[in-house]
Amino acid sequence: VSAQQADLLDRRLLFFTGKGGVGKSTVAAATALLAARVGRRVLLVEVDAKGDIPAQFERAPVGFAPKEIHPGVLAMAMDTEQSLQEYLRLNLRVPVLGRVGPLARALDFVASAAPGVKEILTIGKICWEVRESIEGRADFDMVVVDAAATGHIVAQLGAPEGIRDLVDVGPVRAQTQWLSEILEDPAITAVNVVTTPEEMPVAETIELVQRIRTETSVPLGSVIVNRVLPELFTTADEETFAALTEPHVNERLRQRAGSGSTAVIDGARLAVALRRTRAQHLEELRNAVDLPLMYLPYLFVRDHGLRVTRMVADELGEELGL
Amino acid sequence: VSGLEQLLATKEVVVFCGSGGVGKTSAAASAALGASCRLGGKVLVLTIDPAKRLASALGLEGIGNRAVQVRPEILKAAGVEPRGELWAAMLDTKQSWDDLVLRHAKDEETAYKILDNRLYHNLTSRFVQSHDYIAMERLYEIHATGEYDLIVIDTPPTRNAIDFLEAPARMADFFSSRLLRWLTLPYRVGGKRGTRVLSVASKPFYQIADRILGSAFLEDIAEFFLNFQSMYDGFVARSKAVERLLHDRRTTFTVVTTLEAAPLHEAERFCKELIARKFHLGALVLNKTLPDYLLSPEGAAAATELVDHAGPIAAELASLDNPALADPARTARVLRTIGDSYRNFSVVALRESELRSELAHTPDVIARVPTLEADIGDLDGLVEIGRWLFAD
Repeated sequence: VSAQQADLLDRRLLFFTGKGGVGKSTVAAATALLAARVGRRVLLVEVDAKGDIPAQFERAPVGFAPKEIHPGVLAMAMDTEQSLQEYLRLNLRVPVLGRVGPLARALDFVASAAPGVKEILTIGKICWEVRESIEGRADFDMVVVDAAATGHIVAQLGAPEGIRDLVDVGPVRAQTQWLSEILEDPAITAVNVVTTPEEMPVAETIELVQRIRTETSVPLGSVIVNRVLPELFTTADEETFAALTEPHVNERLRQRAGSGSTAVIDGARLAVALRRTRAQHLEELRNAVDLPLMYLPYLFVRDHGLRVTRMVADELGEELGL
Repeated sequence: VSGLEQLLATKEVVVFCGSGGVGKTSAAASAALGASCRLGGKVLVLTIDPAKRLASALGLEGIGNRAVQVRPEILKAAGVEPRGELWAAMLDTKQSWDDLVLRHAKDEETAYKILDNRLYHNLTSRFVQSHDYIAMERLYEIHATGEYDLIVIDTPPTRNAIDFLEAPARMADFFSSRLLRWLTLPYRVGGKRGTRVLSVASKPFYQIADRILGSAFLEDIAEFFLNFQSMYDGFVARSKAVERLLHDRRTTFTVVTTLEAAPLHEAERFCKELIARKFHLGALVLNKTLPDYLLSPEGAAAATELVDHAGPIAAELASLDNPALADPARTARVLRTIGDSYRNFSVVALRESELRSELAHTPDVIARVPTLEADIGDLDGLVEIGRWLFAD
């Protein structure tokens, strides 16, 4: 276990991104659960509010206001409109916009039309919560973000810099400074990429790591490889397995264990083949990315829910040497 | 004739959709390949973001928006005999937006003003769902040329698979929005850059916006939208035409999913939405499913037998005079391993079969494609998928 891995949980702000469908929400939820187990209080932020995060804890969807969904784990769903209202209220002392109808709509319109505004409202809210926790005003001491997928995360992480390029003056420009200080501090922040050992997720991971390095100054953490299939055989075992597939041996097996023996052999052959193609993608990943890699096994028994969150947290804890 | 074959024979546009990672692109490419072989004619697969190996297998590397024909020799090498022609194209988002602006701007000067605006790049690459819209827009444009008998398109990965359905309407809304007019009004009245005339209604907005964004930035935005608005009529008419095409009887949707809980849930929701919005839901593809032999009771019995009696069975096999089976301890270990592995995979297969039987709102055509041992990165792989897609 490298030092970098061990102190993953010591950061205050952890992003988890990755291609859609690789289990990013599960890994984010499991990380929060693991952190809570070692005594931290965690705010889990769901950026693409689909209700996935509370579901990992068997809870109903949450709103913009953080709510405890598990002992030591609070959750909130990002909502850029509410983030804007909160920003205006707290920073510019503009009264709650809900009542000012058209004005709120106009601001929301600019927010969805002007580039980077939605992104800055997302990243701004996250950094705000981190700063509150640093200054001891929050009910948690760590923020874990189930972040946008690979396609969007760079725009979000780079939003403070992007805004500085576009806006020459004004409070927004000034505000981006402290955001960058939080995002760019390796003692505070780490962006982790979740992937599976398959072609497209690996290709996207390699590209994303590259882009985060060149287009942002936000520090990278680890790459978490999810759903790794078990290696069935050693090389010697493989020869034995090959012998079992020979016709007369197979016939003997059928006599002894029944006609289903063939299905068992076919199943093992499929498992070996799947593991093998995946191993090639893992190799590609290892060669292209110099970040610490963590491996989470494929879970045969369940595929979602608190049971899985717990199992993944156990595995993650083992990888971290906890 | 398989269900999918009949569907492709009667439609001109097939939109493949589903959540990320389910194998949409390969399924779309394979369906197009199958159509060109079985039905003939000129078939185009328009793909959004293909894996590198698939792109190079189709000869799509670095060709931008242009369609290229997949050379018949490579198809023959993969063991298929095309009756018609298979063409492939990728979507270049930036290029497509530029084309759109050039087409709809009132004159060339305005077009280049828009293309040079520093907000334009940001906007087209990041604008909410700009990918969705532009993909459908390209589809419309290609269909309108009348060059192809069948166009198969795979949709961009979106958070919600439904987003792109609404993209044309949203785009029209955006341009016809009174709000946009209202926002740009002070600048339209003010005339030249740097002057704006605020009405009583818009004053409070601009006061706040100035404080947040700075007036220079706001002016940039306004100028950009003013120019952009000049494309209003063309744009709205166009996005309505795109929407009409998606609703046309000649267009059908194919939903692709794996039998995992999350993508399947998304697929079901999507099928339901398509039906509710009166789009034609033609087929459902269950991709990367585990083979049926993992569900056989005989298999389960044999797996249990191999795990429970690995020792005695290994001892028996040692007598077969095969050097690889000479060590009973090793053989026993392998027998236990394969028995155990079978049971593991069969739990997943059971879960899949249960999910499959719970499916509601499904179309008439359901194709099932098993997990293939290797990744789909070449034409052989597409041919293999096709065998299952077009199975009777």
